[in-house]
Amino acid sequence: MPFSVQDRQGISVVTLNGEVDLNNSPDARKLILASLKQRKQVMVDLSAVEYIDSSGVASLVEGLQYARSNDQAFGLIGASKAVMSVLRLARLDRVFPLFESLEGALQHGG
Amino acid sequence: MDMRSAWNQPPVIRVRDLVTSYGDRKILDGVSLDVGPGEIMVIMGGSGSGKSTLLRYILGLHRPDSGSIEILGKNIQKLSGLEWQKLRQKMGVSFQGGALFNSMSVGDNVCMPLREHTCLDDNTIRIMSRMKLEVVNLAGFEDMMPAQLSGGMVKRAALARAIVMDPSILFFDEPSAGLDPVVSAELDELILRLREALGVSVVVVTHELESAFNIADRITVLDRGRILMTGTVEAVRNSDNPRVRSLLTRTVEDITIDAEDYLRRLTEGTA
Repeated sequence: MPFSVQDRQGISVVTLNGEVDLNNSPDARKLILASLKQRKQVMVDLSAVEYIDSSGVASLVEGLQYARSNDQAFGLIGASKAVMSVLRLARLDRVFPLFESLEGALQHGG
Repeated sequence: MDMRSAWNQPPVIRVRDLVTSYGDRKILDGVSLDVGPGEIMVIMGGSGSGKSTLLRYILGLHRPDSGSIEILGKNIQKLSGLEWQKLRQKMGVSFQGGALFNSMSVGDNVCMPLREHTCLDDNTIRIMSRMKLEVVNLAGFEDMMPAQLSGGMVKRAALARAIVMDPSILFFDEPSAGLDPVVSAELDELILRLREALGVSVVVVTHELESAFNIADRITVLDRGRILMTGTVEAVRNSDNPRVRSLLTRTVEDITIDAEDYLRRLTEGTA
């Protein structure tokens, strides 16, 4: 299933799914950066991601870097145990705003 | 990771009846070995046991005289150049001396496999390489040259390069060689952390007992080109095989001499 973007209460939600790897991480990167150019708040929903490699994580880092430089909100939703272990390995769990659900992110104000 | 269930799955490496030689001298003689998904397999043996040779054949650097090597279900002797290149991208190798390019910075060394094999944006590549340098605790060293690093740092930079493509199987040739005990223990810890986080299978060739016992799920003991035993750390520790005991207790083997053979070696130079 291709990656998608939806607007939820003014927040752009980029949904990634399945395996995010060298083959499709450039698509994820494009979607994330394009969403950040259109909306002030962007969340990436990872709840349907089974596996993410370093290129996928690097795309998320680029999103966060862009958001920080432009004073925008950016966070990750629903990272599974497998995704968290990849983030933890590079200590990125301490860098990304992480939310269990979209509702949690909305309550937090993105 | 539940290794028992991992061992029930098809192996990621399957070596069968491998025979190799240099000239007339047999180096590996009927070696068979399986490595399971997510398993850390340590190949141990003394100098000249054939352990580094076995690694080189698994890495496809030479063609065996006979026997087969399957990696991720593919017989590597039957792959086309392109198929092998694709499979090789799933294998990360940390060579004994690091094998870094001295004319390139640490960062460029780590980026190299990505620049060679992918079409990713250079910013993505840079971030991936820095992430791996973070993992091996070399953050901030990307602009340094290999000659400016200590032995332990070179090994860690080589490891960062080995994992930059997120391999399914990671190979180490003598990871502890030349390192002090503390740095060696840090590297062992790192290998365990990588397996835990990425579920990667790991093959380590070493003669360092302590390191082997720290990290292995199973150990294969090689001696004179043959497998003496393959078993858990406990099984190897408790083995009553005299050759395994000799390796573990570091006792010198009494060399038996065949007078005829010895004289022939001295006078004719044959093995």
